[in-house]
Amino acid sequence: MATRKASKAGKRAADARPIDLTVNRQVYQLSRGSRPGEVEPFHTLSHTLRETLGLTGTKISCDEGACGCCTVIMDGKAVLSCKILTVECGGKTVTTIEGLKDPKTGEFDALQQAFIDYTAFQCGFCTPGMILTAKALLNENPHPREDEVKEALSGNFCRCVSHYHVLRAVMSVADKGR
Amino acid sequence: MGNDYRYIGKAIKRRDAEGIVTGAAQYLDDLKFQNLLHGKVMRSPYAHALIKSVDKSKALALPGVKAVLTWADIPDYRGGTPRNVRILDKKVRCVGDVVALVAATTEEIAEEAIALIDVEYEVLPAVFDIDSALAPGAPAVYDEFPDNILPGGTIIYGPNCLKGVVRGDVEKGFTEADVITEGTFGYENIPNALPPESVGAVAVWEEPDKVTIQGTSQAPYMDKVTLFHVFNRQIEVRSIGCQVGGGFGTKFTCWQVQSYAILLSRATGRPVKVMISKEEHMATFVLRVGSRIHARVGMKKDGTLTAVQGTWYVDTGYYSFTTQAQVAIGSGELMIMAQCPNWDLKNIVVVTNRNASGATRGFGGQELKCAFIPLLCLAMEKAGLDPFEVLKKNFVKPGGGYYWRDGNWFDFRGIDFSKAMDKGAETFGWKEKWKGWLKPVAVNGAKRRGIGVGVHGNADIGEDASEAYVQLGYNGTATIFLCVAEHGTGQKSNYIKMVAEVLQIPPDRISMTPADSLVTPFEFGPVGSRGTYAIGSAVINAAEDARRQILEMAARKLGTPPEDLDTADGVVFVKGHPEKHMKWRAMGNDRTILGYGRFDPDFTMCNCMMSFVEVEVDTDTGKVDLVRVVNATDVGQIIDPPGLEGQLNGCFGSAGIDSAIFEETILDHRTGHIVNANMIDYKWRTFAELPVIDNVVMETPFPSHRFHAVGVGEISTSPGPSAVLMAVSNAIGAWMHEYPMTPDRVLKALGWVEDAHLPLYEGRPGYPLAGRGSAGGGGDRVPAGGCPGNCEGGTK
Repeated sequence: MATRKASKAGKRAADARPIDLTVNRQVYQLSRGSRPGEVEPFHTLSHTLRETLGLTGTKISCDEGACGCCTVIMDGKAVLSCKILTVECGGKTVTTIEGLKDPKTGEFDALQQAFIDYTAFQCGFCTPGMILTAKALLNENPHPREDEVKEALSGNFCRCVSHYHVLRAVMSVADKGR
Repeated sequence: MGNDYRYIGKAIKRRDAEGIVTGAAQYLDDLKFQNLLHGKVMRSPYAHALIKSVDKSKALALPGVKAVLTWADIPDYRGGTPRNVRILDKKVRCVGDVVALVAATTEEIAEEAIALIDVEYEVLPAVFDIDSALAPGAPAVYDEFPDNILPGGTIIYGPNCLKGVVRGDVEKGFTEADVITEGTFGYENIPNALPPESVGAVAVWEEPDKVTIQGTSQAPYMDKVTLFHVFNRQIEVRSIGCQVGGGFGTKFTCWQVQSYAILLSRATGRPVKVMISKEEHMATFVLRVGSRIHARVGMKKDGTLTAVQGTWYVDTGYYSFTTQAQVAIGSGELMIMAQCPNWDLKNIVVVTNRNASGATRGFGGQELKCAFIPLLCLAMEKAGLDPFEVLKKNFVKPGGGYYWRDGNWFDFRGIDFSKAMDKGAETFGWKEKWKGWLKPVAVNGAKRRGIGVGVHGNADIGEDASEAYVQLGYNGTATIFLCVAEHGTGQKSNYIKMVAEVLQIPPDRISMTPADSLVTPFEFGPVGSRGTYAIGSAVINAAEDARRQILEMAARKLGTPPEDLDTADGVVFVKGHPEKHMKWRAMGNDRTILGYGRFDPDFTMCNCMMSFVEVEVDTDTGKVDLVRVVNATDVGQIIDPPGLEGQLNGCFGSAGIDSAIFEETILDHRTGHIVNANMIDYKWRTFAELPVIDNVVMETPFPSHRFHAVGVGEISTSPGPSAVLMAVSNAIGAWMHEYPMTPDRVLKALGWVEDAHLPLYEGRPGYPLAGRGSAGGGGDRVPAGGCPGNCEGGTK
């Protein structure tokens, strides 16, 4: 178990530079420190998203980079938010599952809609990570082959075995306009 | 099946679908609680030790720490079966057993406080497997059970709980046999079902004796019952369920974590959350039971079983919550798949110094079958029989029967599953592929392909009681009161569908209460495969009761007998005269129509799944690849096609088929530490290695509820592991008898490596594999030794 030494309550960080972070098109200026709403040096991005910004759609399962549940998109790439410290995220742009809907129309992203249409989940705990991993892939490669989708998703743990439904859902989007 | 159902059998968007794909679905750890404290567990580094002293002064002095509890701070609260497991004890019985509980304002402070607790231990000798636990003079895990054997039976299954199978005359049965095989076989790799969400609870204590508990449980109402007993029947529990991130049976066993949260909330007067880490989940939460049999089976040349005799040894780890129940169900399940007139199958539940085994999909039957079918294979090989035909022949059919968990005999009134099995064999191409025992389907250089088949059935489809209410809304709506937490099967949406069908109103007109024991009637929970028949029946009965009431009300208003009335879309009308009608609205908004439905247990039917597998073994590297899976079942009536398919695809996850190939919990037998308690070292199947899978689903109506359906989800993991064992044996031409079939074991079976070269092997239980290097057959291939009583393997 990782041992995180807690700072004494209320202690201010020596470094006063805020951490500028854009999440789901909203800009946050996060202060360093140990008071509520502040970022401690050991806070992971997944922790900050969930506990500080209240974006609990990002799930934490293994919390050590093995399962893909905490995947978010950072500067266009799918990343494991449990393996990134928030203090390293200054100037970064992050999309979480809460930010996938079209901000103007409120419509689901095509992948979200496909996951609904194909029932591409069972317990749903791994689903946000699955969708964001697939989203990052489709951003780079709008029409991947099925083996490329499998490769991209191979770091995403799903214990219910919804893999086949997920592949159908992702391929239904990937095949559009092919 | 042709039917004119409006909703049943049709894919309808799951009620929680939008929440899941947007991140709005709330699992326990997503909820916010005012004034919340965080609880952490201090765990033992020793497998077996007495706690001589605890100094918690430094921990208590740390700012932010609100409580530190040890055994000395709490009354004698106990759980388990028998109820001998203290929530906090002065003895620890496995690495990871609880030593102290801490509540603090943050998780980090709680963790820091744990590091400040000084504990003095007196380390005791430990036992890590069945052999060492049963050895004369072995250290006792519990003083009250000096031989490390737990009493059989569980009170929840009644005074005559099935403790073994005794029937007919086994000696006569063996004299009638043409072949007899005997040996010791095990399934002892204690895999972890490993739902992605770990286990946790939030407790809010209210003086003097009330507590509200919210958690990751897959059976919230039963937690109310369990915790009531754990706390000496002195507390009133309100239990609320959340969206559950997978359970696979294991999240029936949340009572310990819940108890920690309750004790800390009571001690601090604040809400407390205990959410165990993934490492704790893998090192301290429930595993499959370790299973080993020494048995003898007699069979005629035509595959008819004549006798089964032996002892089933079950390693439950450091305590049992459901193990005796699993033994009862597993024994009954073996009778379902192996119809035989003569039985003498005993069992022994053994305690050892590792974390507990407990409820996991397959619930005893998978574990027993994984050990039994290899023995049966030797008989089938000796008789020269095709395993598909033998398994089909011996599965229960109308006219057959079995003992079930309460010790009673049940005449089977279900359907003949042979049609589904035949269809599965046809889809798989079994007849064309089967070349005989220990013969590969194909050889291509170092790559050898083999096939195998397994079967499983469970009469738990009608187990335990369920209750539901359905309330009609005057605007043509309905509300279901039901204590079911959605844990992934989609059943909550299926209950909505069932009520929609009964009331003939669209699903989007139907709401469901949260799973909250303060609001809903009793519900045992969606465990086993009881969701469709047992829970479904309660919900259907409640909807029918509500429908009856509104028809009676309309009958009075319309002056028509209720039997002449029907209802659809919020309107009651005279059959054949829809112009004579009454809107539900006519009931008024000041009246409640509340239907009540109950399901009482029915053990007279079972489900069935047969799995066919094809593997490819690389004889250079020893790697086993699962190439193809065909699952065949008959469910009576499909309720939700994508949900059913998902459950059947689940066959290789959650400690299922892959527990035969690479899944195992590796216990270091020198220290009692689990060495792969993380998701990198514990192997799981990825998208990159998906086999081709086909699910053959027949729909022969069952005499169950009005939709003639039965559940099957739980059992999909169960037929596969032994089928893979069979397939690999056939591929390489030598018997494999240990799970999982990792490359080292495959190469050993091929005679290419020796044990001495395999340091990891020390950590695993195992048997000397006779016939090593006898590729192509020949020699005594029955594994011998390893079982108490020094039994020998052999064939007649």
